[in-house]
Amino acid sequence: MLTQQEGDVGQQLNKTDQLYDYEVIKKFSVAAVIYAIVGFLVGVILALQLTFPDLNGNIPYLTFGRLRPLHTSAVIFAFGGSVLFATSYYVVQRTCQVRLFSNFLSSFTFWGWNLVVLLVVITYPLGLTQGKEYAEPIWPIDILITLVWVAYLINFLGTLARRKVRHIYVANWFYLAFIIAVAMLHIVNNLAIPVNLTDSYPVFAGVQDAMIQWWYGHNAVGFFLTAAFLGLMYYFVPKQAERPVYSYRLSVVHFWSLSFMYIWAGPHHLHYTALPDWASTLGATFSIMLLLPSWGGMINGIMTLSGAWHKLRTDPILRFFIVSLSFYGMSTFEGPMMSIKSVNALSHYTDWTIGHVHSGTLGWVSMVSFAALYHMVPRLWGVTIHSVPLINLHFWLSTIGVVIYIVAMWISGIMQGLMWRAYDSFGNLSYSFAETVAAMHPYYLIRAIGGIVFLVGALVMAYNLAMTVQKGATLTRPTAA
Amino acid sequence: MKHETIETSIPLLTILVLVAISIGGLVEIVPLFFIKSTIERVSGMRPYTPLELIGRDIYIREGCYNCHSQMIRPMRDEAERYGHYSLAAESMYDHPFQWGSKRTGPDLARVGGKYSNQWHQAHMRHPQSVVPESVMPGYPWLQKNALKYDDVEKRMQVLSKVGVPYTAEQIANAKQDVLAQASASGDASGLAKRYGNKVPKDDFDGQPDQVTELDAMLAYLQMLGTLVDFSSYQAQSR
Repeated sequence: MLTQQEGDVGQQLNKTDQLYDYEVIKKFSVAAVIYAIVGFLVGVILALQLTFPDLNGNIPYLTFGRLRPLHTSAVIFAFGGSVLFATSYYVVQRTCQVRLFSNFLSSFTFWGWNLVVLLVVITYPLGLTQGKEYAEPIWPIDILITLVWVAYLINFLGTLARRKVRHIYVANWFYLAFIIAVAMLHIVNNLAIPVNLTDSYPVFAGVQDAMIQWWYGHNAVGFFLTAAFLGLMYYFVPKQAERPVYSYRLSVVHFWSLSFMYIWAGPHHLHYTALPDWASTLGATFSIMLLLPSWGGMINGIMTLSGAWHKLRTDPILRFFIVSLSFYGMSTFEGPMMSIKSVNALSHYTDWTIGHVHSGTLGWVSMVSFAALYHMVPRLWGVTIHSVPLINLHFWLSTIGVVIYIVAMWISGIMQGLMWRAYDSFGNLSYSFAETVAAMHPYYLIRAIGGIVFLVGALVMAYNLAMTVQKGATLTRPTAA
Repeated sequence: MKHETIETSIPLLTILVLVAISIGGLVEIVPLFFIKSTIERVSGMRPYTPLELIGRDIYIREGCYNCHSQMIRPMRDEAERYGHYSLAAESMYDHPFQWGSKRTGPDLARVGGKYSNQWHQAHMRHPQSVVPESVMPGYPWLQKNALKYDDVEKRMQVLSKVGVPYTAEQIANAKQDVLAQASASGDASGLAKRYGNKVPKDDFDGQPDQVTELDAMLAYLQMLGTLVDFSSYQAQSR
């Protein structure tokens, strides 16, 4: 496959530096690290607010209800988005062996996307929100997002069009599906009529709005946090392992089945609600089938290591990749299981969902992103990584942090779900709602500790990458003089 | 067709991706606008009064949906804890819907009338004063902030554009209705004529001399889930 043809990056740096646009990738990589820290930090603050409810000090801007969207947007769209911009620009250039289509569009996507993040950071704490989960930005920001996204699509397609190789590499299929799907979801879910510059009302209401919101919401997971990161995986895992992708045929089958099936899964968020039963049953059916394409991707990633398993002993980056794929496999088993109605009756509305999301986002998305950054940053700056032991430290902190987090949420979620439906021998409800909240306290504290450990790991990464980049700066200075 | 044909052609790849990702949404979403039984026929549903509408906007502003659902499921324990399961009709005027996805706090779909205004005032100031186990933060500013309702007509006009059946009379009298609903005394015959005589009308925030954000928030919370007349409602399988 293509990955073999590219040769060693370090030696060709001068050549590739002129051929490829690395500037925009460097900028997005730096942004990704900063937004990771910010997003995780806000998450830790929220976890502590649930443990110590007075923590916001009665300041309106810092209440849980206003900060929680900031956390989700910061980690998904600021951190995840920056990783995807950086890696997709890196992958599409290297696999097509051409420079990005347009310097202007590259630069526009970087500054545009960061302006979106800045506006979100300002508006959410002020209480300016659309009130739809993961789609909170107000309508002017939504328009800006649309413009940036169209620029991204043109830039990506334009680069593909200029490719020097005949085939479009599999990673780019996933990135392309992600860009197209997110455009579709974002536009439909945010259709609204403005009242003024900051407020608007969505055109859909009630049950239709709920269906459209979760069609959007679940595919923010399916395409933003899954398809796109699978694209990342299809480039970086073979590169880091120095082995070709395990199975071309499997990649074809699981790409098309994943793209087709994910979009149906949304209504499993609405089991037993006022959404008609046929819709949620359909959603659950596809969610369960989705196990197959999901595991197809996991198997293709993990089996790429065939013949190179020994590298796990010495290469912490590869360890990051393999553990992230394992979390991906676990989450995509847990997800279909939770979409079964009788399981969902227990899990819905509880912390189990929160735990599930974090095993996917911390275990899979973040860890695969960290690995990609560790692979990419030294190559972008033409240096070796500052410290391999620190990568190893980060690996263990991340893994332990995620495990603490999800175990705490499994226990609290299942416990709360069972307490809600518990009856005493007289046929009365055993617990008041407040009693079930009290039972959550220790687990909220444990969850916060898991989050802090994960955050410390990210700080270790930030330090390691900063030192690496600094090495690059001192290295290039003499040649520039 | 060999996959080679697809993966060497950008237009083909793009179009096939578009087709693959469109079908599921079309099948699941479009029928909801056309199948009549999606939204039950019930008696009692009405659009929000202007005060309730602003209260709902404050509810959204504060991000209450991050911890509170408004969707009771048809299970025995939920029926006992919260009341009759929620109907699609009950959120038919909700732009956006606020069903939520997490119950860090209890469901609010039928919280209307469950607690007194005095309880809510204390709870909003400092939730732990009435529920010691609560992890909810206080919202003391709601009782201090004067209610902004200068653009309430505009809000109702926009909502009527997207299908909420506000009449011209309701929109024209919006400001008057805000003041009438937020006061314990005073003439509310106009409000009752326009929105029915079940509309809760009180000095919600316990401060007779001013209309605050808490007035609007409580007017909204106190009507939640109270509109549909369940004595006349016949459940049908959908």
